[in-house]
Amino acid sequence: MGAPGLAFDGILGAALLWTAWQAIHAAGLFRAVVSFMVFGLLMALAWVRLEAPDIALAEAAIGAGITGALLLSALGRLDWEAGRATDECLRGRDRAFWVPTGLLLLAGLGGAAWLLPAPGLGEPVAAELGRSGVENPVTAVLLNFRAWDTLLEIAILLLGVVALWSLGPTPWPSSPELVSPALPMLGRVLFPAFVLVSAYLLWRGSHAPGGAFPAGAVMGAGGVLMLMAGARPWLSGDVHGPWRWALALGMVAMLGVAFAVMTGGHGFFEYPVELAGRLILLLELAAGLSIALLLFALYLGGEPPADWETRRPA
Amino acid sequence: MSLTGVIGGILTVGGVLFLLLGTLGLLRFPDVYTRLHAQPKADNIGLGMICLGLGVYSGSLSLTLKLLLVWLLMLVATAVGAGLIARAALRRGIRPWGL
Repeated sequence: MGAPGLAFDGILGAALLWTAWQAIHAAGLFRAVVSFMVFGLLMALAWVRLEAPDIALAEAAIGAGITGALLLSALGRLDWEAGRATDECLRGRDRAFWVPTGLLLLAGLGGAAWLLPAPGLGEPVAAELGRSGVENPVTAVLLNFRAWDTLLEIAILLLGVVALWSLGPTPWPSSPELVSPALPMLGRVLFPAFVLVSAYLLWRGSHAPGGAFPAGAVMGAGGVLMLMAGARPWLSGDVHGPWRWALALGMVAMLGVAFAVMTGGHGFFEYPVELAGRLILLLELAAGLSIALLLFALYLGGEPPADWETRRPA
Repeated sequence: MSLTGVIGGILTVGGVLFLLLGTLGLLRFPDVYTRLHAQPKADNIGLGMICLGLGVYSGSLSLTLKLLLVWLLMLVATAVGAGLIARAALRRGIRPWGL
């Protein structure tokens, strides 16, 4: 890496700090949210510079895309007076507390980075990669060596949706808020592309950067686009309600596999070597579908009605 | 320097100029509609030239086509996004500048 690379990294690092500061201290919630989305995109670029394309994909899709959409959607539902009152809170925040806390955190992180063993866990993972069933080390860690962590991540998403839906009905109106002929057209044209990219990322996960989380995020974003274009999901009620079990598909499949391999005399999540590749593909498929639906369900902001047409106004 | 390098460089620098001009319009124009007039269009051309320039510079046809696909998706998204922003502004009752 020469001088231009170093200069680029320096600018990137400074821009990250600046957008992070803006996201917390901007003089308005809208600016804060936009700064946060820019921060996510720059963060993805930083991960690319660190040669971690898996995390870059996840950060761009989830950190900047889905989270940004969630924040913007929440912002749109605040009334302006409440928004202004929050602005005052943000401006009046006590810097005497945050500056030392930030410096302390930075020093702690620096110390931790200094003390970490130099090559990390890359070598042990590379040594065991042959027995994992996949060729991509990140997927091997996520769905084989540390599948337990992934199970918990999906469980957290599921808990989030359950908590959100239990709070009340979705605030989404039965028809789109902004009538535009272009948006349904965009949805129709792009949704197949969302499905294609998502399936490609899922399949690619076994041998290259990709996998269930980026695939699920892309698919979830496609669902959000359809929602904005006027499509209304059917996840509750008697007729279409059973579809909501797909929300739990990833967790159920992972737990099922984890216990099923135990009946064969293996440990919890200890796949038989000859079956590992297929089991991982199965879990990726289940987890990807479920993550897509979970992110989409979070975006609904509440339980969808059994029947959008005849529901009572919230 | 090879011919593809020179052409790719010229296209990329030209694209960056368009992006700069679009940003200038975003900063200097008086209201949301005039800004929409300046920025998405200039960005579309700028991004297209950068994608094409990088593709030519790489000398790989498959990479060029992938970059142009990115450009195509951005074209559609920018056009619809700009239309939605204008509609939302109109619905909120923001009058165009000078009217």
